[in-house]
Amino acid sequence: MKKNILSIVTLLAVSVVLFSACDKDDGKPVVYYQTQDQMARPAINTVFVDAAEKDVFNTTTPSAQGAAFATKFRNKLLALNPGYTTNLLGLDATAFTNVLATDVLTGSTTGVTSFYDGTNVLTGRALADDVIDVELILIFGGPMATMNPGLTSDNVGTNDKAFLTSFPYLATPH
Amino acid sequence: MKLKRVLTIGLASAGIITAGILYAADHIDSPAVTNQSTDITDIYVFRAQDVNNLVFVANTQGLLAPGATAAASFDNNTVIEFNIDNNGDAVEDLVIQGISSGGKMRLYGPIKPSETGNRSRLEGNPTAEVAITPYGSSPSIATGIGGIKVFAGPRDDPFFFDLNQFKKIIAGTATSFNKPGDDSFKGTNVLSLVVEVPKSLLNATTGKVNVWVETKKKI
Repeated sequence: MKKNILSIVTLLAVSVVLFSACDKDDGKPVVYYQTQDQMARPAINTVFVDAAEKDVFNTTTPSAQGAAFATKFRNKLLALNPGYTTNLLGLDATAFTNVLATDVLTGSTTGVTSFYDGTNVLTGRALADDVIDVELILIFGGPMATMNPGLTSDNVGTNDKAFLTSFPYLATPH
Repeated sequence: MKLKRVLTIGLASAGIITAGILYAADHIDSPAVTNQSTDITDIYVFRAQDVNNLVFVANTQGLLAPGATAAASFDNNTVIEFNIDNNGDAVEDLVIQGISSGGKMRLYGPIKPSETGNRSRLEGNPTAEVAITPYGSSPSIATGIGGIKVFAGPRDDPFFFDLNQFKKIIAGTATSFNKPGDDSFKGTNVLSLVVEVPKSLLNATTGKVNVWVETKKKI
């Protein structure tokens, strides 16, 4: 009797496993996919993550990135720019790297979408946005974007091909 | 002068920490995926020509020379997934998934995923499908359920950056960028997935979405 109950329990457990691993409609096993690479704001991993942790950052889900990486990002920022005080957004090192460490790209659904165009700040990323200059200014430019002038622009302001005004927007390949 | 020297030393030590090899924006930034079909180069999110729509672009397999572009292909075992958080907690409320099969890119979503985080399954039924545009052909564009538009295939890499000079600065062998700079990505291609979605499908009651892209491989 005891053994029977055990068998029934085992059977139930097995069938639960089987059912939960099957599509309801066609009975085929569910195929799962696992994160290999991840990205939001441009060049964040490149600039702020140590070589040994690049894969870790790329597979840490954004809601867990802040706790895992904010302090490391702050240390990296101060290594890159030991004279950092605040930046054009008025953010001190801790506030700035707290924002960056949760790596998501915000997109406005009501207005202009731009990484930074003088008015709109982090409301999207358009193809023509000079995102590298924006990041260099925020890292090196100080509160008025006037510090370290040799480091606040790479002096490449446009793409090598013109973008399209209509879908699919990106230029034809070379 | 002193500031410059201090900065240079700071940059140099940072360069040593990162082994002196740096890539951008996300081009081959991770040892595990470099030169693989799962390597993401960039994500873009912007208002469409029709301002009622939002465009999502995922670029993969960067630094393709023109001569190597025709042979590059999407991997049938890799999902390219746009994750969309519409309530500010950095957890995806919706996903848009693309996977190639038989020369076509099949799209799923935008749809609420059955689980969040690093493991995914294809969600619901396909909402759009488009023939992958071969190198040298004019773009094949399809419109799916709800007016979703999709393109998949090689495009010019829209990213521009004097990465080589940046690397010199980080390595301490240069103290500033050049004028003019030199775009390290000029003349190179990527494999793009471009999706245009009516904003009404995104449930963005706060007026914004937080987006990130992931490549996920079959396990």
